Amino acid sequence: MNSAPAETGPEAIQAKPKMAARGVNVFYGDNHAIKDIDLDLYADKVTSLIGPSGCGKSTFLRCLNRMNDTIPICHVTGEILLEDENIYTSGIDVVQLRARVGMVFQKPNPFPKSIYDNVAYGPRIHGLAAHRTDLDEIVTTSLEKAGLWQEVKDRLDSSGTALSGGQQQRLCIARAIAVNPEVILMDEPCSALDPIATAKIEALIDELSGRYAIIIVTHSMQQAARISRKTAFFHLGEMVEYGDTTEIFTSPKEDRTRDYITGRIG
Amino acid sequence: MTNFTIFIVIAVMAMISFALVRQKSVAIVGGATQQLHSLPRYHGYYAAVRVFAPCLFLFLLWIIGGETVIENLVVAGLPDSVKNVSGDQISLILNRIQLAVQHGEASTTDANILAAADKYSSLYNKGLWATFSLTLAVGLLGYYLSNSRTHADYRARNSFEKTISVALAASSFLAVVVTLGIVASLIFESLRFFQQVPIQDFLFGLHWSPQTALRADQVASVGAFGSIPLFAGTFLISTLAMLVAGPIGLFAAIYLTQYANRTVRAVAKPVLEILAGVPTVVYGFFAALTVAPMLRDAGGAIGVDVASESALAAGLVMGVMIIPFVSSLSDDAITAVPSSLKDGSFALGATKAETITQVLLPAALPGVVGAFLLAISRAIGETMIVVMAAGMRPNLTANPLEAVTTVTVQIVALLTGDQEFDSPKTLSAFALGLALFVITLLLNVAALRMVRKYREAYD
Repeated sequence: MNSAPAETGPEAIQAKPKMAARGVNVFYGDNHAIKDIDLDLYADKVTSLIGPSGCGKSTFLRCLNRMNDTIPICHVTGEILLEDENIYTSGIDVVQLRARVGMVFQKPNPFPKSIYDNVAYGPRIHGLAAHRTDLDEIVTTSLEKAGLWQEVKDRLDSSGTALSGGQQQRLCIARAIAVNPEVILMDEPCSALDPIATAKIEALIDELSGRYAIIIVTHSMQQAARISRKTAFFHLGEMVEYGDTTEIFTSPKEDRTRDYITGRIG
Repeated sequence: MTNFTIFIVIAVMAMISFALVRQKSVAIVGGATQQLHSLPRYHGYYAAVRVFAPCLFLFLLWIIGGETVIENLVVAGLPDSVKNVSGDQISLILNRIQLAVQHGEASTTDANILAAADKYSSLYNKGLWATFSLTLAVGLLGYYLSNSRTHADYRARNSFEKTISVALAASSFLAVVVTLGIVASLIFESLRFFQQVPIQDFLFGLHWSPQTALRADQVASVGAFGSIPLFAGTFLISTLAMLVAGPIGLFAAIYLTQYANRTVRAVAKPVLEILAGVPTVVYGFFAALTVAPMLRDAGGAIGVDVASESALAAGLVMGVMIIPFVSSLSDDAITAVPSSLKDGSFALGATKAETITQVLLPAALPGVVGAFLLAISRAIGETMIVVMAAGMRPNLTANPLEAVTTVTVQIVALLTGDQEFDSPKTLSAFALGLALFVITLLLNVAALRMVRKYREAYD
């Protein structure tokens, strides 16, 4: 997996979107949560989804790896393409999809297992390592990529829940990286962290951005401006505007976008 | 005048002072109750407490101690010829006096007794009136104090809340004291037993036959008090029960929390919990009359000798009985695992089965173990099913097809029917009870520690 960046490097797939939403609608029972979204997500560009609470940005994110399937009343229409393949067709194996599209949650959720077992969990269930040495290798490189290796290398056997909040979140990122996904979805990964831990995660996202397609939901417009190259603004279930981050923040085309980033709505 | 009247009078006094003091507190501020420190009803409540609490104390004093004092006075007044007898006979005489009080001259012709009965009646009446007037006086005093102290800034709410907290503390204190009393009585009676039977014989003896000679001239065995066969029987039946209840209860909990849809869960969970409400005696005769004969017949059909009262029958039915314990406590433990862990596992591409076995159950393990330990201590203490279905024969065996007996069953056997309370036979029941108490106490402590540990893990 160390060689991954060469294949998914910026030039290779710049023209073609890694994931794309085509006319996506989401319903929670009778509640129309997301309305007709069309969106192209590129592998080499970190994409931020911003918008006020309840605008549907997290719901949309959870459509991208079908985590919404766990909610019985949730119903999705339209197409979501992962490299030209609709992930909502009946033939898709959700288990394999989620191995390709990883996710990091708002609140750090390490398993109550050792640090090693947390990272090794994904590779084990997907059979990625034939031998113990392979597994050790995956765990080490994942922790290194997540910038956590130096802090935990001497206590891989201690519980993942004993780490600090920021370390737990980086552990969760290492856990997601360990299954070698193509896309990583992050649902407000810093909202439960202090500014220092947030800065570390942001630096990490920057570092990972070449290797994985990263889509991040954030409440902080500063964060979106700092770490992403593409930004989509959601409001009341609609995607109001999507474009380069610099453009969205300096010269938004839509009034609603301008109102939101200047703090007049939201 | 009766005790009941006194109590009614106390209650009515409390209610009246509630109403009057409440009214007065409103009147003081001319109806503008927001000027009061405490709401009017708190003034009322506290006045009621001031009347009720001391009166109740006096009343209870009379109920508990009054009769004894009167009896002593009556006995002291008897002629020396009657009262100079042993303690047992004094209580006989008291019985005769009581009878004479109730039935008059029809019960006895002894002039001394009749005179004593008269004296008893008059003293009792005096006592009643004294209590009545005393409570009345104390009640009125309480009302007067409350009434005179009621003013706008009076902190009636704080005082009333203090009273309530004292009452709550007293209740919990009472519960603890009663429990300690029971434990103390177990310990003292057990010590008496161990004076007659060496403790090592009790703990390590392999033979249990508690029949001893009741009278000196009787020919009987000396009795053997080795408790090992009883504890072995208890252990055997509890193991069988847990083999049934452990897997079934845990699997039921997994199904109900993870797989069942809302309708199934809404029906199955309460039904399962109703199982816990079936009286154990019903399980008992189900075990004895249905399961045990069925096992014997089934054994006969394949040529295995099964006793008509077998540990297996009792263990199976007891297992069914404790399924709801295991399933409902495991259900709680599994539900307490945060759903974020489940999401995290799903997001890594784990299947439902992988998520359950590798994330959910390990995370819920302490709670599940706690559930199992509580179920075991329930199985160990269970009596009715074993009395009916497992037999009474102290039998040191690991074969579940034979009849065995358990600690609880032997305690029942020792204490039913006529008995002498100082024979080793009867006292051994206390020793067995103490041993059982220690075992279940340790199990419960372990279970509670486990459960607490897992609660901390997620808070």
